[in-house]
Amino acid sequence: MRKNRHLPPREKAIQLALTVATWSSVLALAAVFGELLLGALPALSSISIIDFFTGTVWNPSHPIYPLYGILPLFVGTMMVSFGAALIAIPVGLGCSIWLAELASPRVKAIFKPAIEILAGIPSVIFGFFALVILSEWIAVVFEPVTKLNALNGAIMLAVMMIPIMVTVAEDAMNAVPMSLREASLALGATRWETVRHVVIPASLSGVVAAVVLAFGRAVGETMTVLMATGNATALHFDLLRSVQTMTAAIAIDFGEVEFGSEHYHVLFLVGLVLFVMTFLINFLADWVTRRFKEDY
Amino acid sequence: MMLNRRATEMAVFTLFRGCALLVVLALVVLLGYIVSGGLERLSVEFLTGMPRRANTEGGIFPAIVGTFYLMLIVLSISVPIGVMSAIYMVEYEQNSLMGKVFKMAVYNLAGVPSIVYGLLGLGIFVAFLGFGFSLISAGLTLSIMTLPLMISSAREAIAAVPSTVREASYALGATKWQTIWHHVLPYALPGIFTGMILSVSRAAGETAPLMLTGVAMSLQRLPDSFFDSFMALPYHVFYMATQSSDLLATRPIQYATALVLLLLVLGMNLFAIVLRKRYRDRYRW
Amino acid sequence: MTIAIRTDDLHVYFDKNHALKGVSMDIEMNQVTAVIGPSGCGKSTFIRCINRMNDLIPGCTVKGKVLVDGMDINDDDVDVVDVRRRIGMVFQKPNPFPKSIYENVAYGPRLHGVVETGNGKGRRRKHTKRELDEIVEHSLRRAALWDEVKDRMDKSGTSLSGGQQQRLCIARTLAVDPEIILFDEPCSALDPIATAKIEDLLVDLKKDYTVVIVTHNMQQAARISDRTAFFYLGDLIEMGDTKQIFERPQKEFTEQYITGRMG
Repeated sequence: MRKNRHLPPREKAIQLALTVATWSSVLALAAVFGELLLGALPALSSISIIDFFTGTVWNPSHPIYPLYGILPLFVGTMMVSFGAALIAIPVGLGCSIWLAELASPRVKAIFKPAIEILAGIPSVIFGFFALVILSEWIAVVFEPVTKLNALNGAIMLAVMMIPIMVTVAEDAMNAVPMSLREASLALGATRWETVRHVVIPASLSGVVAAVVLAFGRAVGETMTVLMATGNATALHFDLLRSVQTMTAAIAIDFGEVEFGSEHYHVLFLVGLVLFVMTFLINFLADWVTRRFKEDY
Repeated sequence: MMLNRRATEMAVFTLFRGCALLVVLALVVLLGYIVSGGLERLSVEFLTGMPRRANTEGGIFPAIVGTFYLMLIVLSISVPIGVMSAIYMVEYEQNSLMGKVFKMAVYNLAGVPSIVYGLLGLGIFVAFLGFGFSLISAGLTLSIMTLPLMISSAREAIAAVPSTVREASYALGATKWQTIWHHVLPYALPGIFTGMILSVSRAAGETAPLMLTGVAMSLQRLPDSFFDSFMALPYHVFYMATQSSDLLATRPIQYATALVLLLLVLGMNLFAIVLRKRYRDRYRW
Repeated sequence: MTIAIRTDDLHVYFDKNHALKGVSMDIEMNQVTAVIGPSGCGKSTFIRCINRMNDLIPGCTVKGKVLVDGMDINDDDVDVVDVRRRIGMVFQKPNPFPKSIYENVAYGPRLHGVVETGNGKGRRRKHTKRELDEIVEHSLRRAALWDEVKDRMDKSGTSLSGGQQQRLCIARTLAVDPEIILFDEPCSALDPIATAKIEDLLVDLKKDYTVVIVTHNMQQAARISDRTAFFYLGDLIEMGDTKQIFERPQKEFTEQYITGRMG
């Protein structure tokens, strides 16, 4: 594109203003990273980074020997996120295929806004529902050790993941050209065989990206898990016991932490780990989309 | 053989329909519980009254006003910056290296967990800039958080204006900005407006960043400046549901607050959806 | 005959693709010049050089001279906005703005205002409502559209039929008062009746304007143009009086194309 050298001053001023506004996003991203780094660094002078990553006890408020092992929080995050993915992936995929391949336009016109509504519900409402209603149901069915537990959070997170997955995966399936489906059907394949052998392989990158993206959101979600999982910090792998996630630890502990204390800086370190994790997950989603994208 | 394949198809498709049904069911159950639970306590006094006796009686007016102020701050910061960025990214840097950098920044910003934005707000607005635990710290934090959503929806709306319109305008001797101002923006406006509503409603429902930037558990008054602390609806739901003095006795208040928040956020979302549907066919290209 | 446009060794590259390979051509004033050739021969690329619409395409570079009134409009020192005001363009697909018919035509004049050349220096001012009304009516009459739309000037330009939309686009271009009008396959999206109206209009317009039209329709070129240029694979193969090109082409390629053995 050739630049016009005869821009009137007004146009130049406008262009400058637009440029500055756009840089604010880059600046914001840099600020997020920089702030986390700056907040976390002082922690490294008093605690060992190896202890932080391998420590199995998170007990930051112990008056004499506080312990800052991130493992219980990390395992907590992974348990609810993978648990949620385990539920959301089959349901979300089934839902996407139904939406892209089977639903009539009229049903679609109702269902798609419903998905958007679901995606728009604030996370604190999901958390509230998990706390008050879902936990009671789980108590009846599974008779868990603690009423608020990882499963409770996982199910609720799954409900939150599905709209993200469905939106992205359905887009990917819709991008598969009609002619490919017609070619398969014309060879005598059933609609299901067409979906399985043509549509899904052709849209696989988008579908995988949808799953990864939704997983990333689950890892970063705070309020739902904070309210649903009970926030016990012991390290274990039992879905029916209480866990605390990294996000929940940050949200809760900041309520009582002293500004500038060791605990305060460790929480920034947890935030940094969380940021890097979600950054890598999003990068993976983007990479999958680019790397395996078919152009039609 | 054919019969078998048909049967498989039937079974699998029934399963898929079941999945869709399950999702709708989840939505209905969720909304149903909140609505039926919340209606009992909902009243004019509840909406316009001050909280009394450590939130166990009275209304939630300060929380409603606080959330309203937050929306106002987001509206006045995130929307102009978002729209300007979107214009620049589509009209000026579409294919350049810088354009790719901007796109990447926005994409990654969108994936940052909300609690991390809280840490950013705490570090920069509360501590570094000295705004303290205040409405403005929380509002600015939410503004940055909603910026990527605003940018991407505005970008989509602007990119949807066909290039033939731009060509027509340039061919008449219009400058770039005249073309954008007279043609691109007016035709993209419904889409931008939809994105604006969605961004503001996202900010209204967000809780985690507020917890690090100054939300108050209970106030008998409204914030008197942007540097005052404040109440907010979503935090009030969290606080009442997990930390109020008598969790069971205040359950109706919890439900009713959740319902008010839900109505506010979903009302805006529904409005945006209807608006988008109505204006989608306004311009026939 | 006066030369309105002269191109000198004009090259266009889209990234590495060499789309126009050194075209030198004279286009005469107040004539209709047709540019023909098979798809991808560079004919659209060529006329888009004349008002620098190629500037808008990412990765496109234009080299060589395009002289209009002796001034090289491809020079970096030339204000592209001014070039486009003097050289109008009508596109393949009718592209009225989704505004009222009146606003479509009034848009250009509003942009540029009136330059008053009283006492010494020219001063720019806005049109009065009355002046604008006059320009709009005159332009619509000139584009043979006035009678069809005079009672619904506030209706959207997109509500018109395809042929009417294209004439609205022509009126919109005329309202800026250009010297040259470029037509990029203006009839390819229209039915035969609408096409005939546009063709009549083009012939009529050459009294006041220099007209250059790109067309893939050889009959159309033969019907309306005075001179014809034949492009093939980015080269100008042959140019001459339309009658001569169609009846006695000098080059083998031209003959093959005209007789339908190629393209």
